[in-house]
Amino acid sequence: MSIWEYANPKKFLATSEKVMPALWVSSAVLISAGLIWGFFFTPDDYRQGSTVKIIFLHVPSALMAINAWFMMLVASLIWVIRRHHVSALAARAAAPVGVVMTLIALITGAIWGQPMWGTWWAWDPRLTSFLVLFLFYLGYIALWEAIDNPDTAADLTSILCLVGSVFAVLSRYAVNFWNQGLHQGASLSLDEKENVHDAFSSPLYVCMAGFVLLFLALVLYRTGTEIRARRIKALMARERLEA
Amino acid sequence: MIALLLRDLKLAFRAGGGFGLGLAFFLIVTVMVPFSVGPQSELLARIAPGVLWLGALLACLLSLDRLLALDWEDGSLDLLATAPLPLESTVTIKALAHWITTGLPLIMAAPVLGVLLNLPVQGFQWLVISLLLGTPALSVIGTFGAALTVGLKRGGLLMSLLVMPLYVPTLIFGSEVARRGAEGMAVQTPLLLLAGISAASIALLPFASAAVLRVNLR
Repeated sequence: MSIWEYANPKKFLATSEKVMPALWVSSAVLISAGLIWGFFFTPDDYRQGSTVKIIFLHVPSALMAINAWFMMLVASLIWVIRRHHVSALAARAAAPVGVVMTLIALITGAIWGQPMWGTWWAWDPRLTSFLVLFLFYLGYIALWEAIDNPDTAADLTSILCLVGSVFAVLSRYAVNFWNQGLHQGASLSLDEKENVHDAFSSPLYVCMAGFVLLFLALVLYRTGTEIRARRIKALMARERLEA
Repeated sequence: MIALLLRDLKLAFRAGGGFGLGLAFFLIVTVMVPFSVGPQSELLARIAPGVLWLGALLACLLSLDRLLALDWEDGSLDLLATAPLPLESTVTIKALAHWITTGLPLIMAAPVLGVLLNLPVQGFQWLVISLLLGTPALSVIGTFGAALTVGLKRGGLLMSLLVMPLYVPTLIFGSEVARRGAEGMAVQTPLLLLAGISAASIALLPFASAAVLRVNLR
């Protein structure tokens, strides 16, 4: 059981097809349980009222927006170092999922910010760095789409991902310097004084677990699609040669 | 290395090299700003450092697609790649040539355009210093973007999409230096951070650019 076995697309497909139903079901159960618990069975916040409940969508999607990029970084490294073909495709498959997660985080944040801060958007460091992350995702996806040769595309995008990660972290701290924020600190951290109240944190953890599983399921599914798409391309090329 | 630098500079300065286009673009962007935001001098003075930085950044960006594309088209890039000079040095020299032909004229023009935008007197030196420290980073980062998109037919727009997010930290610190300078505040912290970004980009990015170029030339 090592990731190198799954450089063989056939083996990867076989295993991922076995795992995927469990992932879909458990992520659906966890997300719906977390959301129902969070929306209907938690008290209203004494200052924010019921608007606080958007946290159950906002925090997990923001978490996955960052972790999706991190996963792409690791997958790109694996591709650059060992030319693990499935890894490159998994990085490609994760990018659109990451974009959608970033968008969900930005949009739910705007909907939450309107009643609480009185504005849909502020050039707050956290908001701004998410917007920059969104731009990085767009560039990454656009580069994948622009190049025909899959190996060249995988090489170039993985180097872009490595360089982009450094600059994304730099931007994160640069915007901190540039403007003071409206956004609160971490909702869940080891420093317990800052955390949200227990009544909110338990359903939040459930939602976060659900989003992690959903992300895994989506990435496996999309990677499988990429593998099949390449297989079809190869078959069609072979047919054209024979004809 | 010096021969390559001289060749790139000659190609840029002679007819058809496009030297001065970036400068003209910088001028036109700066001149358009009062038309769009209005001629009130206090407002212009407030936004002048940021506008000048953004204009310089866009002028750098626009001249990037000529940086490697012409050499790619006539095949001289393949020759350079097989030459004894390591590709890392080649891209560094290319970035240096880009900086001399684009960045340096921009820095010299910036004070003049600062007058147009009513930049406060104490802001001029910091504007020039911030551009002097920041534009090398813009050239090096841009070379990376140009190397990424060199083989593509419609690489120009894609390159802007790729390079702009990478410019974010440089732009933040650079215009912060210029803004603080214009308002007479202490500039040391952003100035040091800007210098750090430039130094790190110049030291590390040529390796990434060369790696990308090797992939594209394969």
